[in-house]
Amino acid sequence: MSATAASNLTIENLNKSFNVNNDEVVALQGIDLAIREGEFVAIVGSSGCGKSTLLRIISGLENGYSGEVRIGGKRIGGPGLDRGMIFQEHRLIPWLTVEQNVAFGLNGMGNDRRDTVVREHLELVGLAGFAKAFPHQLSGGMSQRVAIARSLVNNPQLLLLDEPFGALDAMTRIQLQQEILRIWEVERTTMVLVTHDIDEAIFLGDQVVIMSSRPGTVKKIIPVHLPRPRDRSSYDFVQIRKEIYAEFFAEAEKPFAYAI
Amino acid sequence: MAHDTNSLTQRIIHMLQYVALSIAFIGVWQALFHLGFLNPVLLPPPSHIVLTFWELSKSGDLPRHIGISVLRVLEGFGIAAVLGLGLGIAIGLSRTLDRWTDLAIQVVKPIPPIAWIPLAILWFGIGEQSKVYIIFLVAFFPIIINTIDGIRQTDHKFVEVARILAVPRFKFVRQVVLPGALPAIMTGLRVGLMVAWMCVVAAELIAASSGIGYLIMDARQLSQSDVVLVGMITIGVIGKLMDNLIKRLENRLIRWKVAFAGN
Repeated sequence: MSATAASNLTIENLNKSFNVNNDEVVALQGIDLAIREGEFVAIVGSSGCGKSTLLRIISGLENGYSGEVRIGGKRIGGPGLDRGMIFQEHRLIPWLTVEQNVAFGLNGMGNDRRDTVVREHLELVGLAGFAKAFPHQLSGGMSQRVAIARSLVNNPQLLLLDEPFGALDAMTRIQLQQEILRIWEVERTTMVLVTHDIDEAIFLGDQVVIMSSRPGTVKKIIPVHLPRPRDRSSYDFVQIRKEIYAEFFAEAEKPFAYAI
Repeated sequence: MAHDTNSLTQRIIHMLQYVALSIAFIGVWQALFHLGFLNPVLLPPPSHIVLTFWELSKSGDLPRHIGISVLRVLEGFGIAAVLGLGLGIAIGLSRTLDRWTDLAIQVVKPIPPIAWIPLAILWFGIGEQSKVYIIFLVAFFPIIINTIDGIRQTDHKFVEVARILAVPRFKFVRQVVLPGALPAIMTGLRVGLMVAWMCVVAAELIAASSGIGYLIMDARQLSQSDVVLVGMITIGVIGKLMDNLIKRLENRLIRWKVAFAGN
């Protein structure tokens, strides 16, 4: 893991603002971030802090920013197959079967090869038996698994996850967190996860990046040196959670303490 | 309860609900005649209409008129479907083509078919062509406009997925845009076929000597209100059958969609 590794993600002095009713709203200000190859980084922040915008810039979907975003030393210009993305909604195409959805991103490949890649990825997410099903026949968790399979077919170096489990119930969410961890250990893809779930961030991340709101800036980066699989109720886990909570709620809790 | 909707009694009840209103209406109509409230010259009772229907069918007149009208509608609708779908898809996919054509479409669209009849006669004479032209015109606009709308409604979220996955444009159009537009396109075809059929009478105002529209207009001049009603009801029933046919086609093509079924 040298500093020039092929899939290092470097962000330098990134600024992004939107024009809302002729007012300039600063979404991101002076973001600096370095993510090493194979690392799992979780970005947490309250809603509206620009964390999704940051992810969309990395993906190439969002343009018109200042600063530098480089992957392996190369500036990004638009989306590319070196990056995959998973959205909060599964975004499966309802009239395509599960296997057709997974094959959607596979282009310029022979039929046999394509079928093999699709099958392998459905097996990876544990849905080998659902190849012919339509999205409306799947549960929310299963749909998101298909979306994960679809995002991995081109073997991206970097996988961007935009609150991927936010719309799922608590049980399914924990299952899929374990699943994504397993996939990360198999595929060794660099992962950038955006979430508002602090536990999720600590459970998954090698680092937890805390963002502040309006304008979105990197407030603090907390490394998580806990062995995986992590125990959410262990002492160390709870300590890190406390530390992160303090970043968000410190100001709100003080006056309450005085009131007692 | 609602959980055994497939049982035989449930199906019979649903069938009865489906036809009850029509049967009651016919019953009241017939009763009013027997009570002496109706002048049979102005409004003949259902029993007279059934008799006239039977006679017109036996003589072969009615089937012949129906056949000719259906053929005209299919010709006009067929041309409208081919051109409406082709142009609609092209315009839907190209903003430039949309800017070139939008004004013309928006201005020509509201002109009622009857207003076209004089020009249709001047251009195509009083033969089949002018009637097919009128039917083509009315069917064309619902088809092209629904096709354009359907394509424009492509979910932006799928566009982003396709960009992330570097899906080629042709594949995106074939796998996402067109299937997504299919419900709107089918609505356009259904509406197009319906208005085409409804306008067959207007088209057959042009010096026709056959067709269901001609049958109605001819009977009006002879004050045969029973024949007029046979013609009207025939148009209604055939229209309903055509709609059923196209709905069935729609259900086959759009299996993935779970529609709201009422309640």
